[in-house]
Amino acid sequence: MNSIIEAKNLRKQFGELTAVDGISFTVRQGESFGLLGPNGAGKTTTIRMVYGFSPMTGGSLDVLGRDITREWRAIRGEIGVCQQENTLDPDLTVQQNLVVFARYFDIPQSGVLDRVEELLDFISLKHRRGDRVTNLSGGLVRRLVLARALINNPKLLILDEPTTGLDPQSRHQFWGRLEELKARGLTILLTTHYMDEAYRLCDRLIIMDHGKILVEGNPRDLVHTYVGKEVIEVEEPSEELKKWVVKRRFDSENLGHRLLIYSREGSGLFHTISTKYCTGGCNLRMATLEDVFLKLTGRELRE
Amino acid sequence: MKTRYEVTISRRFFKIWRRNFTVYKKIWLISFLPPLLEPLFYLFAFGAGLGALVGAVMYKGSMVSYGAYIAPALIAVNIMYSAFFENTFASFVRMFYQKTFDGMLATPLSLDEIITGEIVWGATKSVFATALMLAVISAFGLLTFPHALLLLPLAFVGGFAFGSIGMFFTGIVPTIESFNLPVFLFITPMFLFSGTFFPADNLPGWARGAALAFPLTHLVNLSRAVSFGELQGRLLLHLLYLVLFSAVFFPLALLTMRKRLIR
Repeated sequence: MNSIIEAKNLRKQFGELTAVDGISFTVRQGESFGLLGPNGAGKTTTIRMVYGFSPMTGGSLDVLGRDITREWRAIRGEIGVCQQENTLDPDLTVQQNLVVFARYFDIPQSGVLDRVEELLDFISLKHRRGDRVTNLSGGLVRRLVLARALINNPKLLILDEPTTGLDPQSRHQFWGRLEELKARGLTILLTTHYMDEAYRLCDRLIIMDHGKILVEGNPRDLVHTYVGKEVIEVEEPSEELKKWVVKRRFDSENLGHRLLIYSREGSGLFHTISTKYCTGGCNLRMATLEDVFLKLTGRELRE
Repeated sequence: MKTRYEVTISRRFFKIWRRNFTVYKKIWLISFLPPLLEPLFYLFAFGAGLGALVGAVMYKGSMVSYGAYIAPALIAVNIMYSAFFENTFASFVRMFYQKTFDGMLATPLSLDEIITGEIVWGATKSVFATALMLAVISAFGLLTFPHALLLLPLAFVGGFAFGSIGMFFTGIVPTIESFNLPVFLFITPMFLFSGTFFPADNLPGWARGAALAFPLTHLVNLSRAVSFGELQGRLLLHLLYLVLFSAVFFPLALLTMRKRLIR
């Protein structure tokens, strides 16, 4: 089995609204695959179809080589899901959350306590095992959700915005854990709004909007293809510069008080601009995935 | 758009039951207090206070003390409360605020199993409450044994019926405050007019007919007969009513919860 997820022409309709509009993608064994897109793009809906939470409206979807519509139960037994919302059981302690969750799977109960200890160790929460989960900080909650998703030794880990709302320390901690899992060969499907997260974790990703896939590829390649190497940002650009950029047909974006020039030419262009046209702020920085994202999905607000 | 209607219930529903039991054990003292104290309050207020005014009541051709008359009804009311409140407020909190069901739906459990587990749990709470009340009330010598032990299986049947309709309301109410409506329009009239504190025969004709539609009327009849040690074939009709009530509202509960949660 080489492909872990095989989606063909996947569609989801909520009444009049088409949330997912015929997308096709493949996630391969051992790969970290990202779903990116603005709010309402259809990321969470897609993920929910993958773990059989939402019934699909059309298309076909195989997970771990099985049809999700018919074999959802067997599939769910072999995947781990970190949902966007905190679904930990506030009535139970840290340890009980894992023990009780383990029962929901058809796994032998004899080794569960050892597995729970192993996971508490993995997320460095051993010393808090008796605490109620309502007393945990946001970062610890996410780590516990991750541990819970791993209780059944899944072949596929699904993460829906795993680090939203975490402080930088907690995010980096969390990424470290995911990279460890990745190194062990676990296949990961994740959605995120953080481009640095996607860039760091994903081997391949798709950017979605309005239920459709805009682009698919490796994050570095996407940056290279759609933006280039560097970005020159000019604050309060002069009319002269704006005209010059258009005349020279540079790939650029005029945001009014700010001008972005996507450059593939190294520092020569920056030198020219900064000495000839810049009066105020003028910066040269590396092109990022965020540039690709904004370029493809636009800058207007969604909600 | 294809919708699948087949029911998927396996014995996995017991895993949800165990989850709730795990929580129950943590807070057992709080869970134990209402079924222990409530009958004492009622017996004291109605048995001693009101009973002094009422004296004895005619039941099946013989006079019984007012305390003995209402004690089995108090058990029936408690069966109703335990399951109904478990599968309305408590289930709603788990579903809506704690997202417990969402978490379970990422595991090999079906929504039908989750809802079944919740309702069976609600019925179990009725059984626990009944066991506690049996102990308290029999201390006053108000029950006939061993017949009164039948109240335990009866609590399960009644609890399942009230839990099913409770879960049905959980499937349709927009907010937790909305439960006030079924409590006010359904639970309170039943509490008062199901032959609990006075014979339903004292009601005017139309109200007597309405009372017959109340599941609590049938549960009170069963509970009272069993408590006085009278086992007659006629009781099967009351039992049948409770079973039919469940047969309607259990599938409705599954259906409304699916509509609510499966998107």
